[in-house]
Amino acid sequence: MATYLEFIQQNEERDGVRFSWNVWPSSRLEATRMVVPLACLLTPLRERPDLPPVQYEPVLCSRPTCKAILNPLCQVDYRAKLWACNFCFQRNQFPPAYTGISEVNQPAELMPQFSTIEYVIQRGPQSPLIFLYVVDTCLEEDDLQALKESLQMSLSLLPPDALVGLITFGRMVQVHELSCEGISKSFVFRGTKDLTAKQIQDMLGLTTPAMPMQQARPQEHPFVSSRFLQPIQKIDMNLTDLLGELQRDPWPVTQGKRPLRSTGVALSIAVGLLEGTFPNTGARIMLFTGGPPTQGPGMVVGDELKVPIRSWHDIEKDNARFMKKATKHYEMLANRAATNGHCIDIYACALDQTGLLEMKCCANLTGGHMVMGDSFNTSLFKQTFQRIFSKDFNGNFRMAFGATLEVKTSRELKIAGAIGPCVSLNVKGPCVSENELGVGGTSQWKICGLDPTSTLGIYFEVVNQHNAPIPQGGRGAIQFVTQYQHSSTQRRIRVTTVARNWADAQSHLRHIEAAFDQEAAAVLMARLGVFRAESEEGPDVLRWLDRQLIRLCQKFGQYNKEDPTSFRLSDSFSLYPQFMFHLRRSPFLQVFNNSPDESSYYRHHFARQDLTQSLIMIQPILYSYSFHGPPEPVLLDSSSILADRILLMDTFFQIVIYLGETIAQWRKAGYQDMPEYENFKHLLQAPLDDAQEILQARFPMPRYINTEHGGSQARFLLSKVNPSQTHNNLYTWGQETGAPILTDDVSLQVFMDHLKKLAVSSAC
Amino acid sequence: MNVNQSAPPVPPFGQPQPVYPGYHQSSYGGQPGSTAPPTHYGAYNGPVPGYQETLAPGVSRAPPSLGAPPATTAQTPCGQAAYGQFGQGDVQNGPSSTVQMQRLSGSQPFGSAPLAPVVSQPTVLQPYGPLPTSSQVTAQLAGMQISGAMAPAPPTLGLGYGPPTSLASASGSFPNSGLYGSYSQGQAPPLSQTQGHPGAQPPQRSAPPQASSFTPPASGGPRMPSMSGPLLPGQGFGGPPVSQPNHVSSPPPQVLPPGTQMTGPPGPPPPMHSSQQPGYQLQQNGSFGPGRGPQPNYGSPYPGAPTFGSQPGPPQPLPPKRLDPDAIPSPIQVIEDDRNNRGSEPFVTGVRGQVPPLVTTNFLVKDQGNASPRYIRCTSYNIPCTSDMAKQAQVPLAAVIKPLARLPPEEASPYVVDHGESGPLRCNRCKAYMCPFMQFIEGGRRFQCCFCSCINDVPPQYFQHLDHTGKRVDAYDRPELSLGSYEFLATVDYCKNNKFPSPPAFIFMIDVSYNAIRSGLVRLLCEELKSLLDCLPREGRAEESAIRVGFVTYNKVLHFYNVKSSLAQPQMMVVSDVADMFVPLLDGFLVNVNESRAVITSLLDQIPEMFADTRETETVFAPVIQAGMEALKAAECAGKLFLFHTSLPIAEAPGKLKNRDDRKLINTDKEKTLFQPQTGAYQTLAKECVAQGCCVDLFLFPNQYVDVATLCVVPQLTGGSVYKYACFQVENDQERFLSDLRRDVQKVVGFDAVMRVRTSTGIRAVDFFGAFYMSNTTDVELAGLDGDKTVTVEFKHDDRLNEESGALLQCALLYTSCAGQRRLRIHNLALNCCTQLADLYRNCETDTLINYMAKFAYRGVLNSPVKTVRDALITQCAQILACYRKNCASPSSAGQLILPECMKLLPVYLNCVLKSDVLQPGAEVTTDDRAYVRQLVTSMDVAETNVFFYPRLLPLTKSPIESTTEPPAVRASEERLSDGDIYLLENGLNLFLWVGASVQQGVVQSLFSVSSFSQITSGLSILPVLDNPLSKKVRGLVDSLRAQRSRYMKLIVVKQEDKLEMLFKHFLVEDKSLSGGASYVDFLCHMHKEIRQLLS
Repeated sequence: MATYLEFIQQNEERDGVRFSWNVWPSSRLEATRMVVPLACLLTPLRERPDLPPVQYEPVLCSRPTCKAILNPLCQVDYRAKLWACNFCFQRNQFPPAYTGISEVNQPAELMPQFSTIEYVIQRGPQSPLIFLYVVDTCLEEDDLQALKESLQMSLSLLPPDALVGLITFGRMVQVHELSCEGISKSFVFRGTKDLTAKQIQDMLGLTTPAMPMQQARPQEHPFVSSRFLQPIQKIDMNLTDLLGELQRDPWPVTQGKRPLRSTGVALSIAVGLLEGTFPNTGARIMLFTGGPPTQGPGMVVGDELKVPIRSWHDIEKDNARFMKKATKHYEMLANRAATNGHCIDIYACALDQTGLLEMKCCANLTGGHMVMGDSFNTSLFKQTFQRIFSKDFNGNFRMAFGATLEVKTSRELKIAGAIGPCVSLNVKGPCVSENELGVGGTSQWKICGLDPTSTLGIYFEVVNQHNAPIPQGGRGAIQFVTQYQHSSTQRRIRVTTVARNWADAQSHLRHIEAAFDQEAAAVLMARLGVFRAESEEGPDVLRWLDRQLIRLCQKFGQYNKEDPTSFRLSDSFSLYPQFMFHLRRSPFLQVFNNSPDESSYYRHHFARQDLTQSLIMIQPILYSYSFHGPPEPVLLDSSSILADRILLMDTFFQIVIYLGETIAQWRKAGYQDMPEYENFKHLLQAPLDDAQEILQARFPMPRYINTEHGGSQARFLLSKVNPSQTHNNLYTWGQETGAPILTDDVSLQVFMDHLKKLAVSSAC
Repeated sequence: MNVNQSAPPVPPFGQPQPVYPGYHQSSYGGQPGSTAPPTHYGAYNGPVPGYQETLAPGVSRAPPSLGAPPATTAQTPCGQAAYGQFGQGDVQNGPSSTVQMQRLSGSQPFGSAPLAPVVSQPTVLQPYGPLPTSSQVTAQLAGMQISGAMAPAPPTLGLGYGPPTSLASASGSFPNSGLYGSYSQGQAPPLSQTQGHPGAQPPQRSAPPQASSFTPPASGGPRMPSMSGPLLPGQGFGGPPVSQPNHVSSPPPQVLPPGTQMTGPPGPPPPMHSSQQPGYQLQQNGSFGPGRGPQPNYGSPYPGAPTFGSQPGPPQPLPPKRLDPDAIPSPIQVIEDDRNNRGSEPFVTGVRGQVPPLVTTNFLVKDQGNASPRYIRCTSYNIPCTSDMAKQAQVPLAAVIKPLARLPPEEASPYVVDHGESGPLRCNRCKAYMCPFMQFIEGGRRFQCCFCSCINDVPPQYFQHLDHTGKRVDAYDRPELSLGSYEFLATVDYCKNNKFPSPPAFIFMIDVSYNAIRSGLVRLLCEELKSLLDCLPREGRAEESAIRVGFVTYNKVLHFYNVKSSLAQPQMMVVSDVADMFVPLLDGFLVNVNESRAVITSLLDQIPEMFADTRETETVFAPVIQAGMEALKAAECAGKLFLFHTSLPIAEAPGKLKNRDDRKLINTDKEKTLFQPQTGAYQTLAKECVAQGCCVDLFLFPNQYVDVATLCVVPQLTGGSVYKYACFQVENDQERFLSDLRRDVQKVVGFDAVMRVRTSTGIRAVDFFGAFYMSNTTDVELAGLDGDKTVTVEFKHDDRLNEESGALLQCALLYTSCAGQRRLRIHNLALNCCTQLADLYRNCETDTLINYMAKFAYRGVLNSPVKTVRDALITQCAQILACYRKNCASPSSAGQLILPECMKLLPVYLNCVLKSDVLQPGAEVTTDDRAYVRQLVTSMDVAETNVFFYPRLLPLTKSPIESTTEPPAVRASEERLSDGDIYLLENGLNLFLWVGASVQQGVVQSLFSVSSFSQITSGLSILPVLDNPLSKKVRGLVDSLRAQRSRYMKLIVVKQEDKLEMLFKHFLVEDKSLSGGASYVDFLCHMHKEIRQLLS
């Protein structure tokens, strides 16, 4: 097994790919019986410091329907200078530049270690990065101040040739013209009126009138379009001043009202502006908002404070009167932005909901960030925002734009769909399945905003019929081609070609079983579940998940019929039920206690983080610190909550440090300040340091919670742990084995018992 | 209140009084008690009536005059003097009319024969007795001649009419002679007079002295007598005539005999008259014999004519063939007379139904219970008691109201009365405000409303005892009980939304499209605004204006500016969503000038720079107004928009217009569409503006058609002004534009106003003309109202009026002052009521009548073909005059044209209206010009319409250089121009300096600093500043003319025989116009024909 673990890890390191199954069942029928679909998590831009890009262009298969890229799996005839495409078996001539190749003089793309390779395209104009700030001015004074400072700070982080633009909004929407001297100029739009892209461009004067002098125009065009988007180096001072002078929205807000906030129109204008000026160029629209849209298209709630913003309860009762319309508005915007390769970030900082539920698609479909905080005046926002502009080891921003992901498969496979921050490009082809999982029906997706951790789940279908066995030793291959605009403004293509063995599930089930990647499978299944939850009722999704789990157990468990106690799972499956247990309880599928916005926020991140982070989200990590030994991971269980321990829990969204009862008392007594108890001080410090380490790396910044036994914030911990001890199983009450959780939720033990029972039951 | 109380001194309000205290008190005081004073005035009034009456008789005289004719040449002068009557008659004959005359004559029994030779004149005579005619004619002729001749002698006589020249002086006499004579007596017993006169008159004549007594007060005491004296002689026709300036004099003797002829006072006619023509009614003036009319002019009509008939003989020979223009009623003469007679004494408003002096006369007003004529002028100060009478007379009953009129510095503006929280006291039923006419009863505990007769309780805090005459003892302490005009402070109940208004705002909205930039307008305007902003109107002695300002520029999008004082630089906010206009900012748009001065200055400096390279030629219009209105709405205040606009708004936006100018429509049934707005959008917009109290002033700088008719809709309905500078160029038009702009910005203006006119039971305000909006039938809503804006209100009977109680008008204007104070301004006016048509005709005001008729006609062109409108005007005028002829004039030959004294200028003025650009466009008049003028006239006051329709023509070198007064005007006819002279012509909008071809070189040199006539630049608009008396005088005169008008008149120098002269001649309204307008004489003949048709 160890070999498989290594294999998986190695593959992940090299290619950024993790498959649910690393040996593939060779027929369609068998594949469906495996319950967990053949799928993979792909991190297209996984950082590879060891992988210098090659400065030439890839060699393509000449078959028009294939166009696969030359890769190490291809058969090469060095003498004839021919290569055979491993997807369509087309034989291709090498291009003239490859005349010198031989067995010993291979181009990089033929070397096995370059199963992932990156090409730099030299052709075409290099387009600068574009950042369009869309700023809400209906903020409290200090919030606005903090935001202004963050924005000003960000200017210094941008590459000097990046284009920036500024749109502010409140009751009205202002598009600031940055090029002018003297008087600062802005175009103002009514916040209540939806405008078509054409209208917006007309009103901003972006459309060049059809004048007879058009021949002279082409050069002027960029000038016109850049009135609102200027190179930062040129207008740095200007923009800094402008930001400094930003005032709160001046329109009076009477008591009992929410400020009128035209987020919908502002975004629409931002999208329209970029659409008209820089179509198909990577750009980031960064929306900073401090509250829900309250007017115009995309409004989420009225301005009457007495009418609260929709809750899950309202949505279930169909009482959210603006939701559908608003969602439609933002979806339309997101799709337009996506079509043009622009991504939309949402930075929403407010104590109440801000309408992320409705706006989520903007970030979800375009690969933008979604950040939720309580205030712009928190380190959570400030550092998160700063981290967006972090740089990699080469000094480039960790962001990429306007990517197109194309997947090619060998004939036995078809593509069922993808789940992640992408939109379909609707490219049909021979390798596209009719059965959709996630965003399907295409072999290409657009990912407008990418970072090194952006991960897509890609689902496949085995189409090989049972009666057409694959020859022993045959391998299925998949090629991922990601074309994108690198933050250095280069266009690049990253190609990853992977292959896995086929196995006959009937004869070699063991092989397949052993090659099961339960972590990847859990995440992939979770993504499917979350994807479904967006459109289906919560309980249905849970039932579906349960059924899948039971079927999986039935398929791969070892048991005697009707004897739950005999049930066993092999090591490669052993953790899977537990993941499912925690997934069922996670905020991705449970909306109880979460606002619609929070759910959207959690799901957004779940659908784009890589495997490790996703797993943390599903099953938080719990570390224990005590005088009894070095820090150790402990079970995410109420039994781990002990009086003499400090616990550190990482749920991805929150970092919770929890002091056990005794520890808390000690600290209260001030022992840590006494020289003789320095070790106690160290004990207290240890989790803080570890937490800091996590905080440094995580995007977005998690909520950092420092609490102790009995503290109100302890709920974050208590709600996550497996409630093995509750007020219902009194037999453990008062024992030193942990803290009871006041809940009616089932514990993992009960869950497992139940699962076993169902798995062994022949009734299912 | 306080004010009043504090004022305790005798004249509570004193201020005004102080000025003339002695005066009034003395004289006035007397009045009530003593008849004497009345006489004075009465004299006046009286005279008028007297005249008319006399006229009838006079008519007869006319003939006499004719008779005189023989003597004519010589006499004529006299005759003329007598009045224009003769002259008029003559005129008719003389000038153009000949043709008509002839026709008439033809028709007329007489004429045919005699006339033939004489031409028209004879014919004229015909109307009367054949013989008479001739005689009359002669008389007329004589008159005419006289005028010429007269000049010398007449001055003294001045009677007036006749010789224009002499007029000035004569005028004084005039009245006396004719009027007075008649009056003095006549007045009292109008009825009798009419008839009686003839007989009586003679005596009167002798009496005249009395009459004279009247006049004397005014000025001509001495003259009077002299006049009278002369008159007598004059009447005597015969020999004296000549010498006698006015006929008047001559006739007397003879006249006497005729008695009727008295009318003759006109003496002149007397010759004949003596016997027959009874009065000549010279006074009546107007009459002409149709063709002949001449003599008739005035009263000739009568019998006199016949008498003449005999005389004719003589006349015929004399008669020049034409009507002497000098013989027809001369506006100049009338104006001069009124000036001389009434200019020197204040007009005291205490007496009901007094006809005020003409608008052309400078006079002071003392408010003693009725509103000053500066605020209200009526077409008639004596209203028929019944609607039947009114219908019969066809004299429109209308009042021209200028509620916020500016007063000369000597007159105090209305007192502000503060009744505290209870607000002004009003009648419970009709809601009329407390005024001097309210009757307190039951010891002061109640008052009876003078409008609806409702009896109301007097609230305790307002209670006051009555004195023995039934007057409240505090009557003189309270403006609302003793004055015609005053103001109340309004309580919160009178405010919109029950909130006291905030101070108003001015928003400057500047077109920055290519045209505006290129012409230099934007730069000029921005530069000017910097200083102009310091001159915003302020209340009373307030240190700084409460008015806030805002700025917008626009082409096809709008740019708003944030000029908040805390900013280092202004901020521009562009709104391109013109389809759905809104205001992008709240704070910082409307600011206090002083607080934001630095930012504003910076903005005004930068605007021209920012758009210097603009290529944008398209503009929007409706969205601009919408924006301004929304801005005021957002700021919750009323205000005014100053729009500076250059071109037809063709950009895609609401209110987009297309070029629909089509000259082919002129004179078709579709012509009216040229005056109608293209789209209803502007009306809707205007309505919203009015609701917000947003007044729009529009400055247009078009290079081509901009559709003024449509663009003016909003200014028109919001009480705004429109200024148009075609083909604006900074060098040429800067002074005019800046001057207008300064005046427009600085003038005091009220906002968000509602005006309501209440009347006593019996009549009702039924129609309104002016720049305002009405959402119901009674309330005139004015988003803005300044001191130049006039509302003309027409009244109709809905019941009988009572002669005793008269008719009362109360105009209440609720408005927000420029400091944001809510006030009510009340004007009250009491009119007499009559059961005799003659009273009506005796108390008419032709200038006001013309104001009404012009406005009525100008509104008519919106709905009817222009021809229909013109015909209707002519018909109405003919009916008015025919009714007079039929009911008031003494019987006379049908051929005589008899005009009521008060209306003798009606034909000439009406002709001016008929041939104005709107009703009869010349080839060079653009559609925009017509729409512009139409719009202007709608809110003109009486003085403006007067000079607009009948321009003033001032000879510059005739009078001695040293004289500091304005030179006497001459009639607007080419015949009056001498090529050795220089003239100024003004009509309130245009100002021409006409230079005759043979002007002395010295004059040319001292005025233009060039050596000869040929070197004068035609079209020059600025006179060189030269240090010589003539140059100084002319420039001084130009400046003073400009100062009198609400709009700056650009000077244009026109050389005789130059092509620009065409333009100039357009304003010589007594001549035939190129566009087909009739000459005065022709028109008079035509009018006479119409009247005759009506009578027959």
